[in-house]
Amino acid sequence: VWSGEYGLGREALPEEIAAWDVKIMPDGRGLPEGSGDVWTGDEVFAEHCAVCHGDFAEGIGNWPKLAGGQGTLDRKDPLKTVGSYWPHLSTVWDYVNRSMPFGNAQSLTPDDVYAITAYILYSNNLVEDDFVLSHENFAEFEMPNADGFIVDDRAETEYAIWHGEPCMENCKDSVEITMRAAVLDVTPDEEGTETE
Amino acid sequence: MSELFKGKPTSRRAFLRGSVAAAAGAVTAGAAQAGTPDPLITDVQPWATGLGDGVDASPYGLPIEYESDVVRRNVEWLTADTISSINFTPIHALDGTITPQGCAFERHHSGAIDLKKEDYRLMINGLVDKPLVFTYADLERFPRENHVYFCECAANTGMEWAGAQLNGAQFTHGMIHNMEYTGVPLRTLLEEAGLDVAGELQDKWVYVEGADASSNGRSIPMGKALGDCLVAFKANGEALRKEHGYPVRLVVPGWEGNMWVKWIRRIEVTDGPVESREETSKYTDTLADGTSRKWTWVMDAKSVVTSPSPQSPITHGKGPLVITGLAWSGHGAITRVDVSKDGGKTWETARLAKEGEAKALTRFYLDTTWDGEEMLLQSRAMDDTGYIQPTKAQLREVRGENSIYHNNCIQTWWVRPNGEAENVEVS
Repeated sequence: VWSGEYGLGREALPEEIAAWDVKIMPDGRGLPEGSGDVWTGDEVFAEHCAVCHGDFAEGIGNWPKLAGGQGTLDRKDPLKTVGSYWPHLSTVWDYVNRSMPFGNAQSLTPDDVYAITAYILYSNNLVEDDFVLSHENFAEFEMPNADGFIVDDRAETEYAIWHGEPCMENCKDSVEITMRAAVLDVTPDEEGTETE
Repeated sequence: MSELFKGKPTSRRAFLRGSVAAAAGAVTAGAAQAGTPDPLITDVQPWATGLGDGVDASPYGLPIEYESDVVRRNVEWLTADTISSINFTPIHALDGTITPQGCAFERHHSGAIDLKKEDYRLMINGLVDKPLVFTYADLERFPRENHVYFCECAANTGMEWAGAQLNGAQFTHGMIHNMEYTGVPLRTLLEEAGLDVAGELQDKWVYVEGADASSNGRSIPMGKALGDCLVAFKANGEALRKEHGYPVRLVVPGWEGNMWVKWIRRIEVTDGPVESREETSKYTDTLADGTSRKWTWVMDAKSVVTSPSPQSPITHGKGPLVITGLAWSGHGAITRVDVSKDGGKTWETARLAKEGEAKALTRFYLDTTWDGEEMLLQSRAMDDTGYIQPTKAQLREVRGENSIYHNNCIQTWWVRPNGEAENVEVS
């Protein structure tokens, strides 16, 4: 039984909740009915996405790469993409649906989003080119890095060690400079940025 | 981060400016001891004879022009554009703990939006007894609280994982601000909607999202939501700045800045985490073996010497020197800060300007005498859980170099005999 203490606000209407609550849970709850295939996705992607993310979702310039990088997560410069890194397909659908294209968000239809999602999977070599993604088969799809995440374990691996009374005297024999920022010289010059 | 080296090399005017300042400082110091009378004293100056500005000159004032270097700065090569990007608080030039809002850092994912109070709506839905819509005016009618907290971007110091990259405390540690917030506890709003239908609360979550195109949705466990989170509409006494979430933002004390959702428009009680883009693709921390930590919410104890530092060189020569900086911890209050001048061989305990406050910036000072020799300056924070700020080597040993986020390592500034300072790593 609801008993708001202050009686402030008013009840949200179903249409209002439907308009704003568009989140998709990892198990696919929240998905609207619809579907899209890889080739439709290729066309929609070319129209709305490729200018930044490349024709093959490989990324242009500094814009995010959406495909590639599988097997690189333990390397020096891992390439973290939908295919190599993202644990849930729900996140792809949700994020594209609510926040892409950059600068024109919330302009895609559910079928567009299914098609784009199918195309991103294809670009990552995760489905064949005749793949059709829909609200019905969505939950069956498993992402390659689904098991790649652990819950924050700092309490065990770090806090337990970096604790207690620290060294104050004679903490090391020698100290050498091993790296200098001035050698890289990538810091903006101050006068230049002030005028922006 | 492969994009680190893509930027075009920039000029070293910042350094040169430091050198010029050092030279000028020496001259000034000389004048103070000279036998010739100082004309700034012996001549009547214009400001001592004419008139200053009237009280109608600036209804809302800005800093005097001579402080024009105390501004936010961005680093062009860090991001693809300036809309989903970051800028940096000029912490090298500030003192005390409160960050002036006008130069407090910004981080947007689809730009700083313009949202009027009249157009503002906040929805609470999901596993609540009665889904609610609040106007801005409704929020001002709930009982309020005031608290000072730091907001630190999870990526603060993130460019420094692989080495010493950016030359200045503003750039290495400036994704942070510290304000006094006024707002309504998130708990109050959740209780207004009613949590009976949610049942057991310990396995429930709250999903929060903003009104902007990026939405920045994040999942927060119910314990934190019912704890110290604030739905804030004032900062440092006045309305939030547009770029900080006007008219309403979420304050998540001690936790990574990404969760401080700006322009907050919806709070949903859920039966699990949404695992949104901002808690899967981003704000997860990849370890050396390729697995990644998720839900690394708390910002651990950290500190930095703000002066002297690369943008704040020593310009006064030998003698009395104030070494100062900031310390903070997402776990609680700072209890102690130690400072080393020799790269960590020996340490002295600094003076806290006032007792550390939980999850807020703390100012420290080491009032010392500089002999004009080079120094390798470091600071090391401790918090009331007994945690000691680690070195970068200690962090790398556990995490490798690909975490991107949560770099709370001890920073080293190499101060040379001419007073200039540089960001370095030491053995």
